[in-house]
Amino acid sequence: MSKFKKKKGNALPEMSTASLPDIVFMLLFFFMVVTKLRETEQKLTVFTPKATELTKLENKSLVSFIMIGRPTPKYQQIYGTKPRIQLGDKIANEDEIPLFLEKHKSGVPEGQQAGITTSLKIDGGVTMGIVTDVKTTLRKAGQLKINYSAGKKEE
Amino acid sequence: MAKSKSRASNEINAGSMADIAFLLLIFFLVTTQISEDRGLLVKLPPWSTEPPPDLRLNSRNVWSVLVNANNELLVRGEPTDIKALRAKTKEFIANPRKEVDKSESPTKAIVSLKNDRGTKYETYLEVYNELQAAYNELWNEAAMKKFGKDYEFVSTTQKREIRDEIPLVLSEAEPTNFGEEK
Repeated sequence: MSKFKKKKGNALPEMSTASLPDIVFMLLFFFMVVTKLRETEQKLTVFTPKATELTKLENKSLVSFIMIGRPTPKYQQIYGTKPRIQLGDKIANEDEIPLFLEKHKSGVPEGQQAGITTSLKIDGGVTMGIVTDVKTTLRKAGQLKINYSAGKKEE
Repeated sequence: MAKSKSRASNEINAGSMADIAFLLLIFFLVTTQISEDRGLLVKLPPWSTEPPPDLRLNSRNVWSVLVNANNELLVRGEPTDIKALRAKTKEFIANPRKEVDKSESPTKAIVSLKNDRGTKYETYLEVYNELQAAYNELWNEAAMKKFGKDYEFVSTTQKREIRDEIPLVLSEAEPTNFGEEK
């Protein structure tokens, strides 16, 4: 009898959950590394259009972002409903773009400055007028590599 | 003595560690977004105050695309459906049947895109995307024919070779002031 009992006890070993935290931490670190917290407040509604011929922006530190869109309802009282430009976390005018680009450029090592790309996150609903003005400013500022941010279109 | 020995061998219960880690994990899952930084890469022409050189272009080499303030597409003055734009542009650049109204050779082909200030950005980008796609497809076909690989996978020198044969000439004219948003 006692022999039988002993066998039964051996058949039910407790599963060790000691490695579970390690697995979860690994997942946690993975997500912490691949995702980034949104560090700027979005004051404009921006829904980028869809396209097929996309290029991935590789080096995040070499990218400066300019957003164009209509202010969100919260900011419409201050900025109106016309399309505006957002640089970093503030709404700005076109003439502030060169300084914004220069600020970003100064934080990039000299050897890599030629590779700076400006990503334009533009709402699909705005008209080309403001987009053209921004493009002209960029050309005048010598920032010629741009990237029209767009989502992937499913075909 | 026996009592203290048993205490020393007691392990700290690590069962709750998983819960804490899960909590953190879920927090990060919810608060972060995988940023999709993709888009159409464009190289703008440098700014110059001088008027552009007066080039006498053979009109057969110019593929003029206009997107007006009503978001209508005009190719060489004719209303065109956007779905047909890619195929038509490809045919214009490559001109496989050597038609007289299409480009003499891909090196001479010029795609000219013009829009109004009132054109919707979405439409503009869609058209730009189609024109870019036409070139990408041509490069792909050339890469397939010459090297048996997709354009994406050929070496840099091979890419340059293809791009010398079919250079991307997409010029954008200054937009006209129609339909400016008030």
